[in-house]
Amino acid sequence: MSGPHMPEPDAATLKKRDEIVADMALIVPGEGVVAADREMRAFESDGLTAYRQVPLVVVLPENVRQVSRILKYCHERNIRVVPRGSGTSLSGGALPLQDAVLLVMSRFNRILDIDFPNRAVVAQPGVTNLGITQAVEHAGFYYAPDPSSQIACSIGGNVAENSGGVHCLKYGLTANNILGIEMVLMNGEVIRLGGKHLDAEGYDLLGLMTGSEGLLGVVTEVTVRILQKPETARAMLIGFPSSEEAGQCVADIIGAGIIPGGMEMMDKPAIHAAEDFVHAGYPLDVEALLIVELDGPQAEVDHLIERVEDIAAKNGCTTSRVSHSDEERLTFWAGRKAAFPAVGRISPDYYCMDGTIPRKELPRVLSGMRELSEKYGLRVANVFHAGDGNLHPLILYDANKPGELERAEDFGADILRLCVAVGGVLTGEHGVGVEKRDLMPEMFTEDDLNQQIRVKCAFDPNHLLNPGKMFPQLHRCAELGRMHIHRGQMPFPELERF
Amino acid sequence: MTTFTPTTPAHTLETVQWAVSEETPLEILGHGSKRGIGRPVQTEHVLDLSRLTGITLYEPEELVLSAKAGTPLAEIEALLANHNQQLAFEPMDYGPLLGLEPGRGTIGGALAANLSGPRRIKAGAARDHVLGVLAVSGRGEVFKSGGRVVKNVTGYDLSKGLAGSWGTLAVVTDVTFKVLPAAETEKTLAVTGLDDAEAAAAMAGAMGSSAEVSGAAHLPEGVVGRFLKGGLSGGAKTVLRVEGVGPSVAYRIDLLTRLMKPHGAVEVIEEKRSRTLWREIRDCLPFADGTEAPVWRVSMAPTQGHRMVDAFRRAAGANAFYDWQGGLIWLRMEADPEAEVLRGLIGHFGGGHATLVRAAPAVRAALAVFQPQPAALAALAARLKEQFDPKGILNPGRMAVA
Repeated sequence: MSGPHMPEPDAATLKKRDEIVADMALIVPGEGVVAADREMRAFESDGLTAYRQVPLVVVLPENVRQVSRILKYCHERNIRVVPRGSGTSLSGGALPLQDAVLLVMSRFNRILDIDFPNRAVVAQPGVTNLGITQAVEHAGFYYAPDPSSQIACSIGGNVAENSGGVHCLKYGLTANNILGIEMVLMNGEVIRLGGKHLDAEGYDLLGLMTGSEGLLGVVTEVTVRILQKPETARAMLIGFPSSEEAGQCVADIIGAGIIPGGMEMMDKPAIHAAEDFVHAGYPLDVEALLIVELDGPQAEVDHLIERVEDIAAKNGCTTSRVSHSDEERLTFWAGRKAAFPAVGRISPDYYCMDGTIPRKELPRVLSGMRELSEKYGLRVANVFHAGDGNLHPLILYDANKPGELERAEDFGADILRLCVAVGGVLTGEHGVGVEKRDLMPEMFTEDDLNQQIRVKCAFDPNHLLNPGKMFPQLHRCAELGRMHIHRGQMPFPELERF
Repeated sequence: MTTFTPTTPAHTLETVQWAVSEETPLEILGHGSKRGIGRPVQTEHVLDLSRLTGITLYEPEELVLSAKAGTPLAEIEALLANHNQQLAFEPMDYGPLLGLEPGRGTIGGALAANLSGPRRIKAGAARDHVLGVLAVSGRGEVFKSGGRVVKNVTGYDLSKGLAGSWGTLAVVTDVTFKVLPAAETEKTLAVTGLDDAEAAAAMAGAMGSSAEVSGAAHLPEGVVGRFLKGGLSGGAKTVLRVEGVGPSVAYRIDLLTRLMKPHGAVEVIEEKRSRTLWREIRDCLPFADGTEAPVWRVSMAPTQGHRMVDAFRRAAGANAFYDWQGGLIWLRMEADPEAEVLRGLIGHFGGGHATLVRAAPAVRAALAVFQPQPAALAALAARLKEQFDPKGILNPGRMAVA
């Protein structure tokens, strides 16, 4: 396939490759530099496997000093750098460039400090999301954001992508659960934002860094907030004859003041694929299935389960089951958690989308998707973080059939345009990366995008960090700095002044 | 001096463009309820957004509310309360502390100052709840960021970048916030007679339990008499708030009671008094004394706060109380601010930041009101300001030493 249009490789950099490799080996001695083409293949793509590119060289630093020296070296020589955590991005955020150093942070894999009284953990960025929970669960604590890749994805990557998960309606995204970071700027300077205390002393640079997809700096340490695990959790499986009724049930639950720990919806194709795969006991005669999980003290969970049962009944549910053991609760979740591989069994390939919509628009978006499905001649299964409106349509295709991947991509782009048209956004948690880069103008004007790029100019004025991601076109900072002055009269002279 | 009071975003844009072309700086104001915070801004012209008002979207079941930046916070909170919802970040009211009427302040100001309250430790600050903004940069260009949905990672989160920027990066005209259900009820458990160190240990134990505490404050003997009209008796009080549905609150108060009994005598403060107490803590009531005696707002790691205060008191006379499990320290000085001593000790005890939220204008003009930053970080912040406001026309000098 053709792949996305990436920045033109810099001929001078390519020519100096041997010299750059040798210099990298001086900065990171030992096993830290991978330059053989065959070995670099392991890094040629991330979770978006349709796109592949072997980098200039792979460097695996093991301390902040090395990161600083690498970035400073590249800054001075105008060499591009692509940072990478565990490489689980679903949007191509870590896709290498032919002329760029791939900076792999996986050797930053230690937990530095576990501080229960301050409910904080300080970790190096290559520690996995689940690794943080595993380090504190003996004391009853956990780290709340739980992207489905949590067994593999790194906490540094979570910061770059502002990762979510099924529990984020109640517990927030990465941005709401980190307290501070240490990071290296493209010019090699090391700065610290936040710490174990709350809020920033100046601008909220931590807020800007979270979700910046590796374009602003390289995270070398993360301080996260840990929480005490809820005492109990119970889940409900609720089936409806239509997605409208399921959607209304979700609205009524929230309207009643209940924020469940998790609230997921699946449509019929997704229910069937999941049930065939894991036999979770899902009803097969419903059009929409809700999984609602309440967590907290037993007294609260039991109380709220009854209220949710009432709300579901009033909305015409045809099945309603409550888990009575943790084992049963996990069975309820098994189908949802296996939804992607389950869909992978019924189709050679699938393409996962990630738009968010105002929840009330769900029926309109689902029927729009049915029309698009017919237009493109491709099936689609839907799983949906129902509480926060984050849709994951899975488009089924076969990459071996000529033209199907392109059709799937066009179908996906149309779904995202539909999300934006109803007041939603392109991506709820997977990031823009390479994948949705060229759709950014669907959501943002040129002025909107230029102001975002100006933020990048403050951090990385030569656009050396992860270029080709997030922005369809990276205007030069000097150009963006020009002012267009509108010589004007005193404003709105018709109004009174004081 | 001219005060511009636009009623539409278009007029706001026109004003900023005019100021850019004239290269004349503007002071950006809402109600002016927090005007006394930061270095005094001295500009010829004022951009007053208090007439750029109106709630433009409120969908309780979608947990979302949008409003023009000048909309009174009180109006928004009243509307939300009618639907049993709230701004979960519990924005504090600086009015009483700064010698002004209570109940003033705009939603734009809440974002610009990144307001929060005692629930900060559980629910976050304004930065954690803002979903989107429409704003005019200091370049005289309109830009938007974010959206109206609660989960969104499309592009840089400029809305968060504007939180706590005190009107120095852009003039926000429209904001969208996530709103949340208000708790059905609340109760507070009070432990009597702990010193600051014992209180820090007790609060860490409570916050680390499964009681889901949504407020943890320590009111030492020197301030406790100021709360609930003197209704808290018997010495220092360490107070722990629990919110939620009735059965859950009862259960968790019970759990906390068992946990706290080894620390000291405990009592339960019922819903109505509990609500009043936390409002008083939120608004720093003990130091709302009508004076201009310097007041610091210090944020540190919770277990370090009392250690820093203990050391600071050896150098300067100050009255103190603690919110945020001990991590937010309100300090009222008996005389001078003693900024260097204070900031030196904050650095010594693990870091954090101190903002001089109240002082006479001459005092504020002469020192760094906001915590000074290390050189590389300060340079980055200056570059960011330059990218938003290259001619320095928005609230010049308010945050930084100009």
